[in-house]
Amino acid sequence: MVKYTIRRLIQALPTLFGITILSYLLMTAAPGGPVAALTFGQRITPQEREAMAARLGVNDPWPVQYLRWLLGDDWMRWDSDGDGVSDGSFLIPLDADGDGEPEPPGTRLGIIRGDFGTSFYARRPVLQVIVERIPATLELGLASLLVGLIVGVPIGIIAAVRRGGLFDNFTRIMAVIFNAVPIFWLGLILILIFGSMLGVLPMGSRCAPTLIGDCPPIYARLNYLLLPMLVLSTGGIAGYSRYMRTAMLDVIGQDYIRTAKAKGLRPRQVWFGHAARNALIPLATFLGPAITGLLGGAAITETIFSWPGLGRLAVAAVVQQDYPVVMAVVIMTSIATILGYLLSDILYAWIDPRIRFD
Amino acid sequence: MAAQTTIKPVNLQEEEEHHVSESLWATAMRRLRRDYLTQIAIAVILLLALLSILAPTISQYVLHVDPNRTDIANKFLGIGAPGHILGTDDLGRDHLSRLLHAGQISLGIGFGAAILTMTIGLTLGIVTGYYGGVVDDLINWLITTLDSIPSLFLLLIIAAVLSPSAEALVLVLALIGWTGVMRLVRGETIALRSQEFIVSARSIGASDLRIMFVHMLPNLFSIVAVTLAINIGNLILVESGLSFLGLGVKPPTATWGNMLTNAQTFFTKGPHLVVMPGLLIVITVLCLYIIGDGIRDAFDPQMPR
Repeated sequence: MVKYTIRRLIQALPTLFGITILSYLLMTAAPGGPVAALTFGQRITPQEREAMAARLGVNDPWPVQYLRWLLGDDWMRWDSDGDGVSDGSFLIPLDADGDGEPEPPGTRLGIIRGDFGTSFYARRPVLQVIVERIPATLELGLASLLVGLIVGVPIGIIAAVRRGGLFDNFTRIMAVIFNAVPIFWLGLILILIFGSMLGVLPMGSRCAPTLIGDCPPIYARLNYLLLPMLVLSTGGIAGYSRYMRTAMLDVIGQDYIRTAKAKGLRPRQVWFGHAARNALIPLATFLGPAITGLLGGAAITETIFSWPGLGRLAVAAVVQQDYPVVMAVVIMTSIATILGYLLSDILYAWIDPRIRFD
Repeated sequence: MAAQTTIKPVNLQEEEEHHVSESLWATAMRRLRRDYLTQIAIAVILLLALLSILAPTISQYVLHVDPNRTDIANKFLGIGAPGHILGTDDLGRDHLSRLLHAGQISLGIGFGAAILTMTIGLTLGIVTGYYGGVVDDLINWLITTLDSIPSLFLLLIIAAVLSPSAEALVLVLALIGWTGVMRLVRGETIALRSQEFIVSARSIGASDLRIMFVHMLPNLFSIVAVTLAINIGNLILVESGLSFLGLGVKPPTATWGNMLTNAQTFFTKGPHLVVMPGLLIVITVLCLYIIGDGIRDAFDPQMPR
């Protein structure tokens, strides 16, 4: 088991490497950039701009810039005697802007050590900006996941028990219809009906504007959570119910169900005690990606409902060309995705030993 | 079985002859002719496509409006207003005419991107599935990497970097979306590779290219058709979401997605402006899903004949 886990972890490394390269290259191709962001609204001569670009290392070859972003630059230019003046450099020039004075030693730690740089827009460390948004995202995400499971799983079980019946057909048609509805439009329509026309629910945001800044505890603002939670859970409800239905139908064909029926158990005991419990096991492996997927999966829903989470932060950062934030969100959600799949693979291997020896 | 043969020998023979004489295609076509739901869905899609293609003509000669002409005096007219069947939007532009023009772009992007996705995925899928080895490993690595980045974020970044035109968006969507198709085709190809008719083709000296594209491709037709229909639907959804966020196709070019960008400001004055574009997306995507399902059933060898 440990061996399998280690092997899967090692297999994830090239993927991680690919993600950092890909997102870095995309970002270097983007318009704007650190010089434009730092000098926004200031008068600046072309010479000054040039010198600034040199100091920031924008003119270095991209592999060097990539390494700086990935591993930091405290090992690229350093001050070994502690007098505050750099006296050695590797890969990058000691005096980048050519004014005769060496540049200050590198201070960046690189994303590998958790330094995602400074947000162009918020002018604060990216990590700080992101961490602030995680509670809101987790709150919405976990609530929707819960609703998806609580509603979806029983629907799937009942549909399988009464296979081909009215309920089965109705829920299957509903699942197809809901798959065809754009999630942002569903959100808009719900806001239109409940927020605008009936006026019974808020039109967005996480809580009423407060003077102190923090939202009250979650039970005091469930009305704000309700609509975004519903919108975000539709996919889960459709997915889990269909999955559960298939899994149940699979299990029903097994010998031990016939045995249970043959020894005279009541249908309810057979369905829920024997069949559903076994059908649920593979579902557990879905939870890894589902939980980590929550981090990045709600960009559109969060944007429509002005929910101050990670997804909305990412969308706003893309629009504002705040690339350090965009890259950090992309890297973090990608790592989360990889970990989610890893978790589900390991869980599956733990449940089903045949996979370990494949 | 033997008993059955003696009781109804004639019947069984008929069945067998039927089985031999009817090709997979003929069976599929016969099934589709009986599948009214799929036929309705195809008709709806064709109608929508036709209306969208003819949007300029319809606007000019039937509705007598210019979709981009603003008319501040007549903004937020309701459904059924004189001269504007579906009313006007926040700038007084005719809503129906804009919906039809938007359909041109939305459907165009969906179909174009899906066909391109299919071409890339199919080619890479057949080649990697057939040869395996280093190419397969390399492309698998690329796919795992691409699939690990939440695709919406990937799209957002690329859209922000390129701020693409509608045509470029087709390319972008295809370059990101081919992985699913490729996995599917690759799996099918690997399954086909060891089948007897492929082995026999190779034994009489058929070239790799011939085996891949003359012998394997026709066998992949049904999954390709199913995936294509469903993919067009998915891509229309993706494009609408992206354009809604303001990162897809930019105004004044209308798409069903970007017509909803300012929807929240329409709530009190023109709710129909929120309802109509979304409804068209839902109808289109739903029909495409139904078509996909219909084709799958038609080609499914396990379905009752």
